[in-house]
Amino acid sequence: MALLQTQNLVAHYGDFQALFGVDIELGDAETIAIIGANGAGKTTLMRSICGVLRNDAAAVTYDGTAIGAKPADEIMSKGVAMVPEGRKLFPSLSVEENLLIGTYGRKVSGHWNLKTVYELFPILAERRNNPGTALSGGQQQMVAIGRALMSNPRVLLCDEISLGLAPVVIKDIYKAIPQIKAAGASLIVVEQDIAQAMAVADRVYCMMEGRVTLSGTPESLSRDKIHNAYFGAGH
Amino acid sequence: MIWIDTIIQGILLGGLYALFASGLSLVFGIMRLVNLAHGDLIVMGAYLILVLVSLLGLSPFIAVFIAMPAMFGVGWVLQRYLLNRTLGDDILPPLLVTFGLSIALQNALLEGFSADSQRLPTNALTTASVDVGPITLGVMPLLTFASAVLVIVGLNQLFYRTELGRAFRATSDDATTASLMGIKPANIFATATGIALVIVTIAALYLGLRANFDPNIGPARLIYAFEAVIIGGLGSLWGTLLGGIIIGVAQTLGAAINPEWQILAGHIAFLIVLLVRPRGLFPRAND
Ligand SMILES: Nc1ncnc2c1ncn2[C@@H]1O[C@H](COP(=O)(O)OP(=O)(O)O)[C@@H](O)[C@H]1O
Ligand SMILES: [Mg+2]
Repeated sequence: MALLQTQNLVAHYGDFQALFGVDIELGDAETIAIIGANGAGKTTLMRSICGVLRNDAAAVTYDGTAIGAKPADEIMSKGVAMVPEGRKLFPSLSVEENLLIGTYGRKVSGHWNLKTVYELFPILAERRNNPGTALSGGQQQMVAIGRALMSNPRVLLCDEISLGLAPVVIKDIYKAIPQIKAAGASLIVVEQDIAQAMAVADRVYCMMEGRVTLSGTPESLSRDKIHNAYFGAGH
Repeated sequence: MIWIDTIIQGILLGGLYALFASGLSLVFGIMRLVNLAHGDLIVMGAYLILVLVSLLGLSPFIAVFIAMPAMFGVGWVLQRYLLNRTLGDDILPPLLVTFGLSIALQNALLEGFSADSQRLPTNALTTASVDVGPITLGVMPLLTFASAVLVIVGLNQLFYRTELGRAFRATSDDATTASLMGIKPANIFATATGIALVIVTIAALYLGLRANFDPNIGPARLIYAFEAVIIGGLGSLWGTLLGGIIIGVAQTLGAAINPEWQILAGHIAFLIVLLVRPRGLFPRAND
């Protein structure tokens, strides 16, 4: 049985429907990638899973319980952490405080703590007392990932962690993924950078206009198939 | 010499205004909520202390410690179940609701305690004074000022040294992202208002010991608090203390020239500061 699953998930912003019955599955210790063009609904899917957007209870199941109607704070304390699109560091908090707030109000046990996060991203230890927002884009992304890891999540949602970063920086950040997996998390990686996504994922879902248009293992998906699923046939 | 004495009395009076204002400043800093019932909540706190004093025969200084947790509870429930519903992109609903709350509180206090003015019982301590060189200082104004400084030091410690303080700042920055950290913004806001009402209770103690109060004096206390917060710069607690001091000094100087000018002089000082520094003396960078 899947660790996390969406079933016929729909989402609306006012009158605008952003998701039309999305079904995805994430297995234990699995990494899946969600790819798709700008506006395909990837972020909306992440926000629905983590509880920022509320749904029917049955639309999202995690570890055997229906969580679709639960608020974000409850879902996170069950073990689903999110690295939000655009990093969203807290400007009033230092780097270290941004990391510490990831475990707010809870004692957690597991591999990740301040020390191991600083080992994963040594540059953050040097800049621990800077305001989070004084860092470069890549370093801010490291803080956002570290902040989510601090709660030792079973599921980590990463929304476009390569967005707006230089290729060398993206490589640096993706180097952390195997260690995050090894520490026991299952991952959902949202990417527009297809090559990056294919390299880390066990399975890939492609989205277009609020629907999943293609899914499979990276090996089974040809460039043509992906191109059609990404942009629609005939482009 | 008389001027130095007047200025020192003004600075100490500023401590009282800072106590009026700190709760307002705290709530505004965290959730951008202007609570128009703040002054009436201070008056309500004074009546609560008065009731405890008369029913249990306690000293006001003991009664205040019973009133504080009760007022925390009032603040928590008020924020959690009423004021949170008014928060959003539109700034009008919280103003309307707290304005209504202000009127409701005044009427409830009138109903319960009549319009007669009341005062907390004084004792030897409250009338004592100390001589510092040629200047005589009342123990009460000194205690008031010391309490204001303690409150502000305490709030700053809470804000910058504790996990709850981190959550206050994070939620204030971005409540949605804070909820992704496992924080319940609704409870954080409720806790902040609870703490604000604990400070309100301390302010109420000194208000009731210093002068007479009746159910209708809340709005005027709100104005002083407001002016102190705005002079200091929205969200800066030390700025709020300085704002209180500026109003206090202006009032005592005004009164020294002509007793009728006391209140007016405070408002004029406020206007002058606003003209020179429209965002207050210590504005926050991101406001
Ligand atoms: N807050 C919002 N209000 C209204 N429409 C939105 C909002 N957020 C996203 N949308 C719309 O929903 C669709 C999906 O957006 P999103 O999930 O952000 O896509 P992606 O992450 O794949 O780029 C887009 O058409 C976008 O314009
Ligand atoms: Mg997106």
